[in-house]
Amino acid sequence: MNLESFLLMRHEIMLTIALLIILIAELSTENKKSIINLSIILMLITTIVGFFPVPEGTLFGGMYQTSHMTVLMKNILNIGTLILFLQVAEWIRQPQYSNKVSEFYLLILSTLIGMNFMISSGHFLMFYIGLELATIPIAALAAYDRAKNISAEAGIKLILSSALSSGIMLYGLSVLYGTIGSLYFPEMSTAFMNTPLHTLGFIFFFAGMGFKISLVPFHLWTADVYEGAPINVSSYLSVISKGAAVFILTIVLYTVFHSIAPMWKNLLYVMAILTMTIGNLFALRQKNLKRFLAFSSIAQAGFILLGIIDGSVMGMASVLYFVLIYIFTNLGAFGVVSAISVATGKENMDDYNGLYKTNPNLSLLMMLSLFSLAGIPPVAGFFGKFFLFASAANSGYYWLVFIAVINATISLYYYLLIVKAMFINNSENPIAYFKSGLTTRIGLLMCMVGIFAIGLYSPLYEFIRMFSIGM
Amino acid sequence: MDFLTLFVVVPVLTIIGIVFTKNMKQTRLVSAVGMSIQLVLAVALVFMYLAERKAGNAAEMLFSHSYVWFESLNINYIVGVDGISVAMILLTGIVVLTGVFASWKVDFLPREFFISLIFLSSGVFGFFISLDLFTMFLFYEVAVIPMYLLIGIWGTGPKEYSAMKLTLMLMGASALLLVGILGIYFNSNAGGGELTFNIMEIAKVKIPMDAQRMFFPMTFIGFGVLGALFPFHTWSPDGHASAPTAVSMLHAGVLMKLGGYGAFRVAMFLLPEAAQEMAWIFLILTSISVVYGAFGAIFQKDLKYINAYSSVSHCGLVLFAILMMNKAALNGAILQMISHGLMTALFFALIGMIYGRTHTRMIDQLGGLMKVMPILSVSYVIAGLANLGLPGLSGFVAEMTIFFGAFQHPDMFHRILTITAAASIVITAVYILRVVGQILYGPITNEHYLKLDDAHWYERVSTGVLIFAIAGIGLAPLWLSDMINDSLNPIVNQLMQAIVK
Repeated sequence: MNLESFLLMRHEIMLTIALLIILIAELSTENKKSIINLSIILMLITTIVGFFPVPEGTLFGGMYQTSHMTVLMKNILNIGTLILFLQVAEWIRQPQYSNKVSEFYLLILSTLIGMNFMISSGHFLMFYIGLELATIPIAALAAYDRAKNISAEAGIKLILSSALSSGIMLYGLSVLYGTIGSLYFPEMSTAFMNTPLHTLGFIFFFAGMGFKISLVPFHLWTADVYEGAPINVSSYLSVISKGAAVFILTIVLYTVFHSIAPMWKNLLYVMAILTMTIGNLFALRQKNLKRFLAFSSIAQAGFILLGIIDGSVMGMASVLYFVLIYIFTNLGAFGVVSAISVATGKENMDDYNGLYKTNPNLSLLMMLSLFSLAGIPPVAGFFGKFFLFASAANSGYYWLVFIAVINATISLYYYLLIVKAMFINNSENPIAYFKSGLTTRIGLLMCMVGIFAIGLYSPLYEFIRMFSIGM
Repeated sequence: MDFLTLFVVVPVLTIIGIVFTKNMKQTRLVSAVGMSIQLVLAVALVFMYLAERKAGNAAEMLFSHSYVWFESLNINYIVGVDGISVAMILLTGIVVLTGVFASWKVDFLPREFFISLIFLSSGVFGFFISLDLFTMFLFYEVAVIPMYLLIGIWGTGPKEYSAMKLTLMLMGASALLLVGILGIYFNSNAGGGELTFNIMEIAKVKIPMDAQRMFFPMTFIGFGVLGALFPFHTWSPDGHASAPTAVSMLHAGVLMKLGGYGAFRVAMFLLPEAAQEMAWIFLILTSISVVYGAFGAIFQKDLKYINAYSSVSHCGLVLFAILMMNKAALNGAILQMISHGLMTALFFALIGMIYGRTHTRMIDQLGGLMKVMPILSVSYVIAGLANLGLPGLSGFVAEMTIFFGAFQHPDMFHRILTITAAASIVITAVYILRVVGQILYGPITNEHYLKLDDAHWYERVSTGVLIFAIAGIGLAPLWLSDMINDSLNPIVNQLMQAIVK
């Protein structure tokens, strides 16, 4: 192994370097707030470097593999994290966080490294290490507001339930290892058979992944953790962490478990219906916007399964495309909630009454994000959803598509409730006008551009499709 | 850029222009200029179309252009028009412009109002020029969603309820439509070609029968909801009654026509065999729409509800005529769309103007308005007479053609339904004449009405243009019905072949 082949791991190396620089800066500077800008710059560099072409190849005897597809996935995650860093800056400048600014960035970056390793893994051991690296720091992040009971509770809930789900997943993997004798993806995919024991192993593995993506019935932690955790951590959980888990699930299903595709297609069929419907029905009644977005993101995960279920290039392309759109869209929505929460501390739907009259720009962005989540043209969410539905229809699952579109209509109802609060309802004391900081505004602007451009600019879809794989 | 795309570009440019306006006067000026350009374009399109046809161009779709959009899915942005879409574009141009003039005095958030209104109209124009199912569906949703804000913010009465009901029902309909469109797309390679969203290409393919049986009801109901198909019409009365004037005009005048247009352009044209097979179910439903809507209108006390139910009845007649599937009835259906679009727009405009003065729409509180506001009242009478089908106005031409076409079916089933539907004309006369007698003639019920003024110039523009169009079609319908007639051939052939098999 020579130095050049190490460059295959460029994304992970860049992130590690960024992490180390922040660690050193933390030790050597008194002014902790400079770390905020430093982190943004480092993330920007990492994102840009990620786009330079990289050869395909494997490392560590196949434990680590990289292809154009994985690079694309990592780039998507990097962009999302960059936007998040921009939106976070103002929140983290608040005095109560002054002594733990760098912790936030360190933890986020280490989870991102974990996700990158998961995406690139060619062996379940590597996969599992990546998974743990991506999970444990998030639990610490959820408890970032540790002075608040609710945040500490969120941290404990997340760590306990993810430990349980990791345990289940490990058990499934150990069953597979015991019968196949290898954890390498290529060897497993050839040796995998449709026997009860293998199916059991697969189901346990799937349950662990279901927890990460918060599919029903593994979703119970989601709303409590999102509500308790600081809003930007919820945002990270719902966008980047979920996006990464979706990528990995898609890769593993397509490459390792393709021999039992009919089986997991049935499984996904049922889970997609459950996830969409239950996520939607619970979202209908939420008054707290963080809980609301939690259930909305559960429902969105159900829609994503419609792309995975197809198992073709088209399916994977639509999943990647949707996640890219979802990152911009959901970060837009979370960004507005976060900006308002930082400025006023308000997080309930009623507080948004009459927001348009005082803060028109934020309201417009929020409305566009919500329309994009609901899948209304001409914003990007429409294209993302349409292609997901088209992928499911491609496999002939018309009734699943039908249930999904009905669910999309239900979801429109609760998205419109917020639009109604902002534009139609009147309020005695609406949230007063405020001006967000420069970084927040750049972050929100990037979301806005993404929400418009990604859908209408078709070459992006073709680009994603070029690197997608099918079974 | 091709000529047809201008119909989408001009509204977008107008919206950008409105964003930079400072006050209400500038906003409405920009809107009026933009939409006047749009109407001029629409009239120019009519002349260009007629000139092309005269020059012997016999292509099914004229001015057609195709741009690749999502290449791997074979999604293209395809535009093209035949006589039917030209007529619909002209209708839209007239109604939108008159709608802008009817909302001349909107002073609450005027910029947002005109932006939403014109955004909506861009969706409608886009829908009528599209020949690709994907873009068509996209424009359909673009046309529906601004409704929520328009009714919710600027509406009256139970506006939040109505706005939500309307949006959810129409979006639910588009859910059905989406499945239908995907079903058509994934069966469009039945003839051995590649998958396509292109309507003209799909029409050449015979989609397998079991797929047709599944997707025809979805597509037809999906569009039918927008065309107020019984029992999915319930959004319409509430929505129209709560909407601000221009939105009622646009919605009843144009948006409901998307339903009828889509029903034959997509559902019947692409899935003709299933259409022949299942038409009877929908014929019964549309007959119910026609009669039920008319009876519903009799019992209403609110002027807007009366017209909303009357729209259910008249739009039901459009779908009814489409389902008769012969040339005369289809021609009548298109004429009815245009005629109803114009006269309903006129009705809603006048109701808005009367309401703006008297602050009530209840017929028992109104009376003797002819003495106070003669111009508005005379216009109201004209709208009413057009609505009940008086010869010389557009309504007569349309309904006459429909029933003439419908009666060509020799069998009992069609004849009974035709007679039932024709009975609605009588009921229409009842509620129209009753309202005219109540609110325009008789004693003045309120002292305060004596001080009210008659139409302002912008209101005269609005009503004048509409009356001119209604009378124009009523007196000289031939150029229009000829234009439509030629374009019906492909669809009628498609449906006839389906019977032969």
